[in-house]
Amino acid sequence: MNVIDLLEEEQLREDVPELRPGDTVRVHAKVVEGTRERVQVFEGVVIGLHSGGVRRSVTVRRTAHGVGVERTFLVHSPRLAMIEVVRHGKVRRAKLYYLRGRVGKKAKIRERREVTVKVPVAAAVPVVEPEVVEAEPVAPPRRRSLRPRRSVD
Amino acid sequence: MGRALLARKLGMAQVFADDGRCFGVTVLEAGPCPVVQVKTAVLDGYDAVQIGFQPKRKNVNRPAKGHFDVAGLEPLRHLREVKGIGDVTVGDVLTVAAFEAGQRVDITGVSKGKGFAGQHKRHNFGRGPVTHGSHNIRQPGSVGSVDAARTFRGLKMAGHMGDERVTVKRLEVFRVDAQRNLLLVKGAVPGATGGLLTVFDSSSRVRKVRGQH
Repeated sequence: MNVIDLLEEEQLREDVPELRPGDTVRVHAKVVEGTRERVQVFEGVVIGLHSGGVRRSVTVRRTAHGVGVERTFLVHSPRLAMIEVVRHGKVRRAKLYYLRGRVGKKAKIRERREVTVKVPVAAAVPVVEPEVVEAEPVAPPRRRSLRPRRSVD
Repeated sequence: MGRALLARKLGMAQVFADDGRCFGVTVLEAGPCPVVQVKTAVLDGYDAVQIGFQPKRKNVNRPAKGHFDVAGLEPLRHLREVKGIGDVTVGDVLTVAAFEAGQRVDITGVSKGKGFAGQHKRHNFGRGPVTHGSHNIRQPGSVGSVDAARTFRGLKMAGHMGDERVTVKRLEVFRVDAQRNLLLVKGAVPGATGGLLTVFDSSSRVRKVRGQH
């Protein structure tokens, strides 16, 4: 086996659950504040998975106080305490960038109830009873997105 | 005292540091490099050490075989002369263990050939307007004044680019894997994957290493 692949494989974490676009996840990230280290939880929808192996990253989007916030995490980073999958979403594309332009009910994702995964992943995915979907906060006047958007001409 | 080693570029990888930060590193297969010949000012007119890298089993010609026989070594694929690595004798083997994580190295190699490249790629020229009937998109611009009646020598123009000896200085060693003869260096290194590189210790130039990585 190629040395580069070997080096990267050595760093893979085994406690990473199977992540799919549309899933709602809770990412427990370790944050260093001055001298203390604490765990910060970021809960949101997986809007994209990128790359593979140790380079795999996940972009999670949530709406905080009416502002869309996206964070990208390196899935295998030792700086993550853990990733929990809260809910599976039913979506038809790999990248859910269309959510960026939507708020309220339009930004909702239907739940994928029957897990059609062939391989049992009980060990990796914590089974969470289907939760009532939180009501999205009523959107105040749209703020400018944090990301540059392509112009629509 | 400096250290030097021949290495082969294996490619780049992404690695996590102990503190969780992620870095892009170049993985080098560095050494072991036996000392093949020690040149001295008395005999050769200058002081240098010839080191070799990677065994060569087939197609070793007579002169080369003779050279390695004198040193009492198996034939090697690559030979390079280095200076200032201190007292060594023929048969000594330099290994990657001489380097340590966090130190700085200078890496010399042959850059990837770009062929005949235009001014933009080769000298970072800007381009002209793309629209409004401009035919000046990737043109070189003026090559001199009328008064001079000639073009000055050394003017930046299109031409052959790359495939030349390049040294990248003060790259930080991320990790040394003595078991597998690997050297992980932060950042990029000249040349294509599989290319031969020479790694020098740049400690003489290092002022102070900031932090761990």
